Amino acid sequence: MITRRDFLRYVVIGAAGTALPLTLTGWKGARAAASKNGPRWVFLLDTYKCVGCGLCVKACKIENEIPFEANVSRTWVERYVVTKDGKVYADSPHAARDGFSDYAVSLGDKGSRIIPPSDIDKAFFVPKLCNQCENPPCVQVCPVGATYQAGDGVVLVDRKWCIGCGYCIMACPYGVRFFHPVHHVAEKCNFCYHRITKGLKPACELACPFGARHIGDINDPVDPVTRIIMSERVSILKEEYGTKPRNYYVGLSREVR
Amino acid sequence: MNHHVLRPLYAVIGIVVVILIVRAFFVPKDFGVGERGYMYGWHRQGNEEEWKKFKIKYRGSEYCKDCHSPNYSGIKQSLHKNIQCENCHGPAADHPDAISRLPKDGKRAFCLRCHAHLSYPSSGRRRIRGFENPEKHNPGMECVTCHNPHSPKIS
Repeated sequence: MITRRDFLRYVVIGAAGTALPLTLTGWKGARAAASKNGPRWVFLLDTYKCVGCGLCVKACKIENEIPFEANVSRTWVERYVVTKDGKVYADSPHAARDGFSDYAVSLGDKGSRIIPPSDIDKAFFVPKLCNQCENPPCVQVCPVGATYQAGDGVVLVDRKWCIGCGYCIMACPYGVRFFHPVHHVAEKCNFCYHRITKGLKPACELACPFGARHIGDINDPVDPVTRIIMSERVSILKEEYGTKPRNYYVGLSREVR
Repeated sequence: MNHHVLRPLYAVIGIVVVILIVRAFFVPKDFGVGERGYMYGWHRQGNEEEWKKFKIKYRGSEYCKDCHSPNYSGIKQSLHKNIQCENCHGPAADHPDAISRLPKDGKRAFCLRCHAHLSYPSSGRRRIRGFENPEKHNPGMECVTCHNPHSPKIS
């Protein structure tokens, strides 16, 4: 026969024993969250503010030592022109290194076409750069571990370790990667890692006179960029790929690819 | 078991041992799984520091303020107040220690980046004052001959 005293004792011990593993996992979970408290860099781009001057591209190329004459760039600006008959024209000559200064839209190999304002329904500029995806496909395909994501979310390329196979260039759905013309390894935007880790703005943001580009830390709830992303209507590029890009756009139109 | 079965097995074991020895020397000590796990964080840790040491070239207008204070305060009161010194004058980098003169860009094409008027609906570009036909306005002359970029208003 079990006494009331023993019964209560067993209940207390049993309850404590069941609760202990739960407490331990909870504690471990809290610790994991605490170690993730560093920054998670994101970018906010405003297509209403961008005027297509290309000063960001110029600054980026110089800051990151991408040869100015080479037709590759870590960041670029695209112009979209939607005409009244429903055609969409998009161009970015020389990555918009010299900006846009006339109505002639480049058609690639087929020359260019002047689209006067009377034919235009809407036209705007979209700055582009690496999205530093949460699920970066470029990192998954690297066969040697030369490209990787740092703890703060920035995807970097190890120039000493890259074998130049080009898989990552093919894997990126946003086309941000290219071969560096001098180092002959994969190259991409890294949000100016040498600047942001010292508390400076990336070169493109510094150069932009119109405030169209802003870096932010999504882990910091009082960061003005975080507040805009959380409270206003922003969109991302190619959501259907599941890459979870971390560049947020204000005023993105469905013509933008 | 027969020798003809064991011999290739020894050969395979030998190759694996050689690969493991070579790998031990060749792969850097700091190569391993980073904060983003095996799938995204498999890398050489030292590379993060290498990128952090990359040289800074653009220093921002605040860097220019102390020596070039009249120009700095002048442009801050003008319509061009949001334009960084280095956008036109080139990156400061090691100026004034190593580089004494910066490569200034005062070309016509540079001004037309913004001041070639493009009437694009839904873009901020249409609000910037500029020329519809810049080639007809004093062709062959540089803009800075008449317009002061630090104080662009003509009264």
